[in-house]
This record gives sequence, C-alpha cells and structure tokens, in this order.
Amino acid sequence: MHLLDNESVAAKTRSAALSNASSVPGIPPNQAPPSMDHLDELEAQSIYILREAFARLKKLALLWSLGKDSNVMIWLARKAFFGRVPFPALHVDTGKKFPEMYAFRDRFGKEWDLDLRVEPCPPIDAVDPTLPPAARSAARKTEGLKWALNKYGFDGLIAGIRRDEEATRAKERVFSPRGLEGEWDVRDQPPEFWDHFNASPPQGAHLRIHPILHWTEADIWAYTKREGIPIIPLYLAKDGKRYRSLGDQDITNPVASTASNIDEILAELDATKIPERAGRALDHETEDAFERLRVAGYL
Amino acid sequence: MNMILPAASISATPNGTTRPQVRIVIVGHVDHGKSTLVGRLLHETGSLPDGKLEMLKAVSARRGMPFEWSFLLDALQTERDQGITIDTTQIRFRTRSRDVVLIDAPGHAEFLRNMITGASQADGAVLIIDALEGVRSQTRRHGYLLHLLGVKQVAVVVNKMDRVDFSAARFNEISEEISAHLIGLGVTPTAVVPISARDGDGVAEHTPRIEWYKGPTVVEALDALEPARPLAELPLRLPVQAIYKFDDRRIVAGRVESGSLKAGDEIVIMPTGKIAKIKTVESWPVTPVNGPQGAGRSVGITLDRELFLERGDIIGHAGQSPRDTRRIRARIFWLHDKPLTKGEQILIRLGTKESRATVVAIEKAIDPGALSNEENTAIARNHVGEIDISLAQPVATDPYTDNPRTGRLVIEVNGRIAGGGLVLSVDAGRPAVPVDIVPVESALRADERSARYHHNGAVIWLTGLPGSGKSTLARALERRLFGNGGSPILLDGDTLRAGLNSDLGFSPQDRAENIRRLAEVATHLARNGHIAIVAAVSPSASDRATARRIADSAFREIYVATPAEVCETRDPKGHYAKARAGALQGFTGIGNDYQPPSGNELTIDTSNRSVADATDAIERMLTETGVLFDELTDLAANI
Repeated sequence: MHLLDNESVAAKTRSAALSNASSVPGIPPNQAPPSMDHLDELEAQSIYILREAFARLKKLALLWSLGKDSNVMIWLARKAFFGRVPFPALHVDTGKKFPEMYAFRDRFGKEWDLDLRVEPCPPIDAVDPTLPPAARSAARKTEGLKWALNKYGFDGLIAGIRRDEEATRAKERVFSPRGLEGEWDVRDQPPEFWDHFNASPPQGAHLRIHPILHWTEADIWAYTKREGIPIIPLYLAKDGKRYRSLGDQDITNPVASTASNIDEILAELDATKIPERAGRALDHETEDAFERLRVAGYL
Repeated sequence: MNMILPAASISATPNGTTRPQVRIVIVGHVDHGKSTLVGRLLHETGSLPDGKLEMLKAVSARRGMPFEWSFLLDALQTERDQGITIDTTQIRFRTRSRDVVLIDAPGHAEFLRNMITGASQADGAVLIIDALEGVRSQTRRHGYLLHLLGVKQVAVVVNKMDRVDFSAARFNEISEEISAHLIGLGVTPTAVVPISARDGDGVAEHTPRIEWYKGPTVVEALDALEPARPLAELPLRLPVQAIYKFDDRRIVAGRVESGSLKAGDEIVIMPTGKIAKIKTVESWPVTPVNGPQGAGRSVGITLDRELFLERGDIIGHAGQSPRDTRRIRARIFWLHDKPLTKGEQILIRLGTKESRATVVAIEKAIDPGALSNEENTAIARNHVGEIDISLAQPVATDPYTDNPRTGRLVIEVNGRIAGGGLVLSVDAGRPAVPVDIVPVESALRADERSARYHHNGAVIWLTGLPGSGKSTLARALERRLFGNGGSPILLDGDTLRAGLNSDLGFSPQDRAENIRRLAEVATHLARNGHIAIVAAVSPSASDRATARRIADSAFREIYVATPAEVCETRDPKGHYAKARAGALQGFTGIGNDYQPPSGNELTIDTSNRSVADATDAIERMLTETGVLFDELTDLAANI
C-alpha cells in the first residue's frame, strides 16, 4: 500500500516562485493585485466561512471522513488559521472503512498535527429497522455522530458536503441549524445572505457548518492538484475501476474508469453524466431514502 | 439547439478557470413556470445526468401523473407531496461562453426568505411572468428585492406564450409594464423574451410561432450576463474577523471586501481612528507574502505596533477610511413574523460587527407587491421600508452608493436573521479624521484577566420587586463565582445609596441618575474583567435600557419575577408594612409602577425554586452567553 505524497514538491515549487518574486527590489506602490481565478475565489470564501464559525461558535469540531472533500476542508482550515487546525478533527468510525483509509488517517492525523478524535458507531441493531439495508448501515454513522455530540457537547460541526453532490444537499445553508436530536428541518430554514450566518443554535442543539458547499467535484480535484493535497489511492483507477466517493466497504462500489492521475480524473468528469454518488448503494434504494437520512441528521 | 456546444467539445478546463462563471437566479410569481423553465434549460443544454429524465418519467407513470418538466427539480419527496418548490437549489449547465450556476428560488410568498437566500448569491436574474396572468404581486415584490439585494442584471421572460396564442400585442403590453416597474427601481432589463417553457419556444431556439420576436433567446440572454467583479477599484475595506495569537504572531484576519493592501501600507482602524502600518501579510504554507492582496482575498496581517482592535473594526487606508457613526438610515426588507415597529430593540450586523440598536423612526413602509399603499408605523413581514437606527456603540460603515459591500446590513431578532438592507446614509457625526493617539489603557489586557478568572467581565443586573430575592440571589451568586476562582463584586442599590448616591432621592429623575451611576460603576468593573452583580429594584424599563446601553454587550439582565403577594409576605425590610400604613411614599411594590422587563437574559421566580437551584440557572445562563468558560480553547476564540 502506498500513499500519494506530492505535497512537498508542490510546496517547494510555490515557495521558489514566491521567494523569487519577493527578491525583486522595490515593488511599485500602485502595482495591481494579482487577479483571482475560480479556485482562489472558492478558497477565499471557504476560509471566510471557517473563520466565521471559529469566531461565533464556542465548541467546534471538523468532521473528517478521510475522503477527498474533507481533506480539502482540513487544508482550507490550515490556511484559515495559519498552519494549525484550532479545533478537533472528529472521525465517526463505522469500523468498515477500507484499510487504505485507516492508514491515511493514522499518517496524516499526525503529520497535520490534528487533534484527532475517533468515535465508534453503535451496533446495527440500534438503528431504525424500517430503513433499507444500505441506508440503515449508513444511519449507524448518524447514531455515532449523536453519541459524539453528547460526549463532547459540540455546538458546531464542520462538514464537507457539497451542493452538487446530491439533490437534497443542494437545499442546504452554509450555517445549518439542527434540532435537539440532530435532525434537519428543510421547511424551516432561516434566511442566509451576504455571508451573514445564523450562528445561534437553540440550547442543546447544534449547527452544521458547510465551508465547501459551493464547490463541485471537479473543483475539489483541481484544488487538490494545485495545492498538492495527499489523497487515498483508491480514487485512482486500478484494473479499469476507481472509487469516485468513499464510504463503508460493503456499501460503496467503484465505477468504471481508466483515470490514473488527477488530470485524467478531471478529463473524465468533464465528459461524464453519471452522478458522483452512483457507487453509493444507499442513494438508489428508494427515491426518498437519502432525504429521510438527512432529515434524521445524516450528512 | 444549435446554440449549445456539447460538453465534450468545450476545450476549457472543467473547473471553469478559463470560462466566466455566472450565477443566475430565476424568480417570479408562484406558478408562472420557474421550475418548468429550469427543467427545460437543463434538457436543452444537455446537462441532465443520464437516466434522470427517464427515471422521472417512470416515477410519474407509476404515480399516474403526466410528466412535467418541473419534476426534475422536485427532487424532494416532501416537495412533490406539497406540490410546491420549497427551497433554493443550485444547478449547473453551460452556454456557449459561460458556465451557468442556476439558483432556483421559490415563488411562493411563504418562502421569501429562501428567495432572498438564493437571489443574494446571484450575479444576474431571470424574472419570469405568465403571459396570461401578467405582472402579479410577487413579480413586483421580486423585482423590488432584486434591487435591494443589489442584483443589477435582470432578464425578463414572458412564459406560457402558448396560452395567449403567441400574441405579440399581449407580449408588448407585459413588456412595457414590467420594464417601467424595473426602470423605476433603477434596474434596466437586459432583455424581455417571449417563451413557452413547456414546448421550448424561445428557450434555446427561435421558432416560427414567435417569428415576430427578434431579440435573444433565454440561453442567449444568459450568455450575455457578466459575472460580478470584485471591487478592486474602490478604497480598501478590511473588516476584522478575528485576531489570532496561535504563536508569537498577532494576526489580524479578515477578507478584503474592496481595494487592496500590502505590507508597509499606512492604515486607519475604524471606528476608533487609530493608525498603524501593516508590518507583514501572513499566509500558509508560505509566509509572509509580498505584493498586494486584492478584493475577495481572505488575508491575515500583522501591525507595526500593539494596539487594541477587535472583531467588527474596519481597516482602511489613511485618508480613505469609512465613516464612524451611531446613527444610520437604511432601506430594508423584513422577513420576521412580527412586524418591525418604532422603538424596537434589534441586533445589527454590519460586516463582522454586531451592535445592539434601536429603531428610532420608520420613515416609510410599503408592500412592494402592491401598487401603492404606504404607511409609517410598522414594516410587516415580506414588506420593505426605510428606517432610522440608533446604535448602542459606534460602528464603521459606508453608504451603499459608496461601497456596496460595507454599505449593507443585516438585522437579527432572537438570534435569527430577520431582515436586511442598504445603508442609505450615516449621520454627520464626527468626521472620520485619523487621530494619532495612543490612549492609556490598563497595564493588563482583558485576556490576561480572563485567563486567571475563567470568565469575561460582565454586568449582571438583577431587577424585581422589593422582597423578590435579588439580594439573596446576588449574595449566593457572588459566593459561587468566588468559590470557582472568579472575581465577583456585589453592587447593592441600597448600599450605594448610603454613599455614592446619598445625594439622590426617589423622584423619577433621581432614580434614573441612580441607575446610570450604578451602570457606569458596574461597567467600569466589567471592562476590567470583574463580574459586577447589581441588585436594584430598577422599576423603569427605560432606565434599565440606559444601563444596557452603557454596559452594552457585557449586560445580562435577570428578572427576579417572584409574585407580588409572596414578596409582601416576606417583606425583609418591613417596607411593605410601612407602605400599607402610608408611611412610605414612592415605594415600588404596592402601586403598579414596576415595569417588567422583556428581552432579559433570564427570569427567575424564587417562590418555586431553591436559592441553589436559581444560582445554577444563573451560572448556566452565564456559560451559554459566553461570560463563564472552562476551556482554554474557548479563550482562544476571544483573543
């Protein structure tokens, strides 16, 4: 097993470019600032959201699912807070992830100096038996999350969901209040505009904070490449298949692909019309399984 | 359809780095066909995931309903059940030269907050009108809100032309009416397009049925919209989000809302007017960074001197700083169930600043959906108006005509966003001249004291009838806080009357002055990190409002709401007995002169709970409102 580590190379390249620029004597006073590209804009917005969450909530945690999205989120948090994530990274562990994911967690939890908290999920018997099998399995994670919430008393959970992933996630706010049981009331969401966020959850309830809600799958990959963020190799094609989205081993399937690096993933995404979560069994069981999960507090 | 290039043949990078991305919101009256248009646009631009259309057709057949284009958007079970779109969704597709992010905003009046949430993110808007029904209340309302939200590019589509036999006359009639309405608001429509979203006319193609129309199709109109540009040309505005001290650097963090900054710049911090120089621009993983940082960037800077600044301050360049003011005129939209009235206490958010405020006047209140009805007593839900706001503390701001980013505000009620709007003007106030003063501040910083006491400074104001239990609670709380290592100080109304306030009697004026002095002393203690516990009858709501204004965010009001009968039976000082006997004039308790608070942080009735239990409740409130804390991580958030 190996982990991709292009971080140091990219960092060195950037460092060289910047130190060259800074060695030019006498920058003219009216020099125009460099224009921002699409990824710069996304990054700046996410950093703004993370800093708002840290300023306005008392006890935050970041949900680290080990996937590409939450890795980008941790990277953004390190940028927002100048190198170190100032709140715990919470991994709600179903115990059924791929070995590559656990190896990634153990290595980068240390390298990134995270305050890592691994929390277990309850046994499957403790979960709503009326849900279809895969959804029921995923709902364990929701229960595990509730346990962790009760244990630590977090008032804000930072989660790496994106609007483009799935129709119900498109309805989300950036600061999204949850009920006392962690449930999401899609009908009664407060207004949110001009980057002003509702940050006062009712007593005993918590907020979900979604700093990369406005990113797309392609944005995530383009940024991962630009910044040199390490990834789990399962995302790259092996024997004609790769994982687009990583969940529990027993309810996640690879998609047909020949993409063996990030550029090829990007080219593939440009052409595909297959949804990202196609490999997630729980999305296809019934029309409303995903929404039922989310109303109950699933990510 | 020859308008649209298939996705695979576009050579641009998939993340849109070489193609402008525009965010479009579709608004209009409920049932005028927004969802149908969106569904049709997705189909026409080849943007639907494989199998989605077929799946929805199959679902419709299973439910015995004819297929509608709008089903594409009704992804939620709950929506289909109710038959209306209930929230914003974001959908992406491509036109010839643009990546379009389509924000669907619900038209039902019930969901205006969702329309605003969606539209506030848009670069441009499509306003949809049913050709048969014409301009309706929600059409006008949405037009008005687009103006208030600062959306300047608006394309109008007149839908369901099939229902008016594609009549050019009917189209022209609607076109003129809506154009006049929008132009009156300062918004010129970029196009007015006749379409039938259901059949496809005018969406991506000119069809024979609309051969009399020579303007752009919907897709062409979208292709002409421009992404919003960052405000690079305006003066620097950096609202302070936080000050971080994770290591030996003291980093001021925020997002550049306009202009640009770089190391070496002379800056002014408003509203205090303190000046400093930017020492470095910090970043990660490489730091420091050289060269200017422009509008839209989230940055961190260090300054060349130690001075007190805080979240909510705005940094500008010397000579081009924002105004400081305590009074603002604003044009707002209101979303809260309860109408906004004169005298109401609200919370204002301006950038990262928050301040308590009072609505001192309502100059205009209108229903933007109606043609004309104006009043000036209250602004009802989903209505708009102009108000004067008096702020509890000075803030930095700009009129929105000078700077659209720092010239807009949000109003919060009970911790929830209730409205928002534009800063029309700020009072004359004192001019924003930078002053090079370094005020003598305490040798100790607030965070040093907080670290020792495990609490922030606060004024805990216990109000209630004589005999309600204020002093008992105050003493119990003092003992509890002290026992936990804190620094509480009791300020009892009667005790202070024996000394500091011995010149004061019980006339309304003297009572007001008594409260003002109590509040000033308590606030001084709170600013120095102590918890001042004030036990005073303080019967007048306006006197207590003065105390809150003085102590501002440190103020925590507790209403000791023990019933009057119980207070009288206790009568610890014998006052009730004397008053009944007519021997005590101006005594609060027997008359009706006690005004119970509203908006207080806590209410305690001591007739039905123990002192220990009540003290627990106070302690909980203090923890929840950020006065007490027990973890060092919490402290980091405040420094």
